[in-house]
Amino acid sequence: MANSFFENIGRSVIEGVEYLGGLTIQFGRGAVGVTRLNPWRASPLRWKTTVRQAAIVGVEALPVVCLIAGFVGLIMALQGAYELKKFGALHFVVSLVGVSITRELGPLMTAIIVVGRSGSSFAAEIGTMSVTEEVDALRVMALEPVDFLLVPKFVAMLVMMPCLTIAADTAGILGGAAFTWMSLGMGLRAYLSTTVEVLLLRDIVTGLIKSLAFGMIIVQVGCFEGFKVRGGPEGVGRATTKAVVQSIFLIIVADLAFTAFFYVFWS
Amino acid sequence: MSGEAIIQVRNLITGYGTRTILNGLSLDILAGETMVILGGSGSGKSTLLRNIVGLERPTSGEILIKGVDITRCSRRELDEVRKSMGMSFQGSALFNSMTIGDNVGLPLREHTKLAESTIKVMTRIKLEQVGLAPCENYLPSQLSGGMKKRAAVARALAMDPEILLFDEPSAGLDPIVAAGMDDLILNLKRAFQMTIIVVTHEMASAFLIADRVAMVDKGRLLTVGTLEELQKSENPRVRQFLDRVPDAVSTDEQAFLERLVR
Repeated sequence: MANSFFENIGRSVIEGVEYLGGLTIQFGRGAVGVTRLNPWRASPLRWKTTVRQAAIVGVEALPVVCLIAGFVGLIMALQGAYELKKFGALHFVVSLVGVSITRELGPLMTAIIVVGRSGSSFAAEIGTMSVTEEVDALRVMALEPVDFLLVPKFVAMLVMMPCLTIAADTAGILGGAAFTWMSLGMGLRAYLSTTVEVLLLRDIVTGLIKSLAFGMIIVQVGCFEGFKVRGGPEGVGRATTKAVVQSIFLIIVADLAFTAFFYVFWS
Repeated sequence: MSGEAIIQVRNLITGYGTRTILNGLSLDILAGETMVILGGSGSGKSTLLRNIVGLERPTSGEILIKGVDITRCSRRELDEVRKSMGMSFQGSALFNSMTIGDNVGLPLREHTKLAESTIKVMTRIKLEQVGLAPCENYLPSQLSGGMKKRAAVARALAMDPEILLFDEPSAGLDPIVAAGMDDLILNLKRAFQMTIIVVTHEMASAFLIADRVAMVDKGRLLTVGTLEELQKSENPRVRQFLDRVPDAVSTDEQAFLERLVR
């Protein structure tokens, strides 16, 4: 009984280390691949795929990201007002929303939406290709699957995540404005100028740095799960689920690490 | 036919986990010949093919292709060797998001600096060779199984390979379409100086296309030789395969009962 308990712990530790190891190796290959995707040497096909991926990952996600971030901004304002009203400090809602959206909720909500939209589809796409031997076919054609499949998504994500995050920040702040307009009668111009006053460039930059890290996690985990698929269609389904769960877990861990780091070294 | 070995497999041992698939297999494939690798399901013939194209690394042994040991060489060297090989997969493995024409042109677009118009022409030449010229702008999902396999052959031919490999070319095809695939392989054999390797379990197509046949059974090479040599073989396993005799079913009742209650 006790033996199998420790065995299980040991096994899951080994599996975890193996997983992170595999992910790191793939990350390294992907990073090298990105450097090879320069406009002078790479084939135009890769660029076309990259631009198409950017459209799918970024542009198509824009409406839903803005809508959700706007709601989250409104929710933050309502929740903050509930407590701040007791102190008669309702006007602090502006800075509360501004800071929490740019530093934390903007990048995080964006990442979670992108995991659901793109992380899962990366895993499903590459997983299906693994099952139908398309990944093997790439290898036999002397095309490295990481370069061919992962790198365009990687570049697209690195460009689009900060853009989406800026859009989410804007939408979230406007969501807060909707609350102050209705409850305090504060105009949009007054709201925005207060927000600009309280926000530091640092708040926005830390959020964008986080969003880059989240984007890397989404691409790497999604593709990693896809490449790992063996067997049949049920493997693809499992990979999709795992990609989403693992990505969200790693995103939260990375979020914690970055937040702690910025708190200690940059405040 | 030149007599030089273009592929030399030496003492190949492979396995997944603790299960051994290939157990010390050695085989020479000569330049310009059509070698059919025959074997039942689970005999290790597909594993042998996957090792030859470097999709799997063996536990031990070596595979020399044009003098390069692909089990030990670097990625770059392996990719150089692969550019002289084309493979048609069992399930065709066409890229579903690309048209047939783009599938065939992909290796050219990625590996050569040819102008787009040249690539278009070359793509059409390859599609003509497999009889799929009108299907250039179709997606793989719009083609039948046999047409997909032909398209996969066109893609394998794109880089004008020295070695062409087929994994179960007739699997899942009706006899007429399968015969068409055999014809296609024969035509390619006649038209080009290519080395062709076909993995199959279809005796009929083996007899039609092969210069030499290698028979793989339980991870070992049973026999290798010309068709006449194969038919004269006295080896009981070879005879069993040629005469379509099933494996004897064990009738040990005691062992059977023990297996049930274990």
